[in-house]
Amino acid sequence: MLRFAVGQIVRFASLMVAVSVLTFALVSASPIDPVQANTGQAAMLSMSAEKRAQLAERWGADEPMWERYTAWASDAVRGDWGESLRFNAPVAEVVADRVAGSALLLVSAWILSGVLGTALGIIAGAMRGRAVDRVIRTYCYLLSATPAFWLAILMLMVFAVQLGWFPIGFSVPIGRSAATVTLAERLHHLVLPALTLSVTGVANIALHTREKAVDVMTSDYARLAAARGEGVWTVMRRHGLRNLLFPAITLQFSSISEIVGGSVLVEQVFSYPGLGQATVTAGLGGDAPLLVGLALATTALVFVGNLAANLLYGVVDPRMRAEVSHVRG
Amino acid sequence: MSDDIVSTQMPGDGAGTPAHGPHRDLGFHHGHSHAASSHHPGRHHLLSVEGLSVSFSMYDTAASYWSARKVMRTQLHDLTLSVHAGEILAVVGASGSGKTLLADALLGLYEPNARVAGTIWFDGELMDAAGLARLRGHGISLVPQSVSHLDPLMRVGEQVIGACQGRERACRRARMRALFERYGLAPEVERMYPFELSGGMARRVLLMCALMDEPKLIVADEPTPGLDMDLAVHALDDLRAFADDGGGVLLITHDIELALRVADRVAIFRDGTVVEETAVSSFEVPELLRTPFARALWQAMPAHGMCLGDDGHAEVCEEGRP
Repeated sequence: MLRFAVGQIVRFASLMVAVSVLTFALVSASPIDPVQANTGQAAMLSMSAEKRAQLAERWGADEPMWERYTAWASDAVRGDWGESLRFNAPVAEVVADRVAGSALLLVSAWILSGVLGTALGIIAGAMRGRAVDRVIRTYCYLLSATPAFWLAILMLMVFAVQLGWFPIGFSVPIGRSAATVTLAERLHHLVLPALTLSVTGVANIALHTREKAVDVMTSDYARLAAARGEGVWTVMRRHGLRNLLFPAITLQFSSISEIVGGSVLVEQVFSYPGLGQATVTAGLGGDAPLLVGLALATTALVFVGNLAANLLYGVVDPRMRAEVSHVRG
Repeated sequence: MSDDIVSTQMPGDGAGTPAHGPHRDLGFHHGHSHAASSHHPGRHHLLSVEGLSVSFSMYDTAASYWSARKVMRTQLHDLTLSVHAGEILAVVGASGSGKTLLADALLGLYEPNARVAGTIWFDGELMDAAGLARLRGHGISLVPQSVSHLDPLMRVGEQVIGACQGRERACRRARMRALFERYGLAPEVERMYPFELSGGMARRVLLMCALMDEPKLIVADEPTPGLDMDLAVHALDDLRAFADDGGGVLLITHDIELALRVADRVAIFRDGTVVEETAVSSFEVPELLRTPFARALWQAMPAHGMCLGDDGHAEVCEEGRP
């Protein structure tokens, strides 16, 4: 147990180092001049040379990458993630703020895609080769070939602009103080982005679940169950679900990365102030500390998701439990 | 002898009709001879399969990818066999020759692209696909080959009990406990998962899944894989006991020696059909075997060591032979 924990911690630490180095390297390699990006073309031209040098120093534009990285890392290990140059606030604060803003969107899209995808996959798998299966598969191929941002724009055009059922963007009504916003209003703003975000995950989960469901339904134990007079849905309920649970959990937790990745595009289209939108802002503004902070936060999220899947295996699969107790004993 | 055969099919369910001709306990009818334990209660066979053909519609593999048309590939053709109450009929054929397909056909477990033709009578009733589906677990039970037929994630007891609810569940639980005791399985086994079972335990559990449903006929598909002869014969004692109590057993195996030691009658399966169906005792006197293939098989058995010359007189060519 201790060995497992230490192993996971070492893995997590090395992942964090790798991601931060990579992010710094990408920011340095980026052609975006942070001074120009954050002051604007006109201000840049009318600025004195001293002022420009002053800004460049503040943004650290001229320092070599390794110097900046070591400076950042020595602070980061002490818990200081630096200052977001773009938002003029500590990175930790901005990240926490954005995570809170995105949480509802990410979680609802994640659950929606999991439930919908698994249900579709099970139906298609149980009815394999039939018309229902073909319809579901076609739908999934269509979805997985659809870019998230395009779908987002389409949803916006149809449901927000033409039909007027939903607001065209933001997470709360425009021009209202945060204190007066009701939960219903928040949910109303959430529907379109959450639906769009979940749709991209559905195809993947449904097709994988279908494969697993087909494996289960053509397995020896499903054959014996059928030979004992159990119908398709009884076999699915008694044997299918418990054998599907295991891969479904893996899929569900590994799809966190896709949801987080998709949120960058979807939040941008819906102007939804969350993690994804902040990432775009940080990237385009050359705001290295914020970008690293966001990258680490999302990496941690995905890592925790995968770890949770690993731990849940042991709870679900008796073979794993036996192995663990064998190792302990 | 063939005047006993009535091959007209009865329409509908055929219930109560004196269908399918009179059957005497001895003699040769329906293309088979009988063993001492072969009985015809109700003057019919427990199971009678006549002219069963199974073919699959698939794309022609010989044609090119773009022009391939669907063709029918026949796996079983014109297969006829009968199982009597109180006997074990062994269907003996080479591995991979489609014997399992016979089990699937009897259980009505067809792939969607299968085409099945022929007549199946069970306990005097003519069966259609729906009838066979009704018999699954309610008359015909399968004893499969290996532990892979148990759900790896479900406790053994739960699997033996099977799908049921409410009061029936309690009934079946009690019945399962009785079976566990009778077959010498400890009560703890109930709480185990299939991966914790030994080979012998798994075999008994699979048999119990079948016995749980109180079948009249057991279809056992290679139930003793990987066991040496004496262990395999011993493992089949339970099926023998089931037959002795008046049940019928269709034992599918690739092992002619095993078949001759445990079965009452043997059906020799070759190229998708049964070429000869006869009592085990016929193998003691090869002249009683009707087909050249059966005689060749008899000769190929180790105990006979190709010792029969073409002219029929025995040659001593192997030590240990009387």
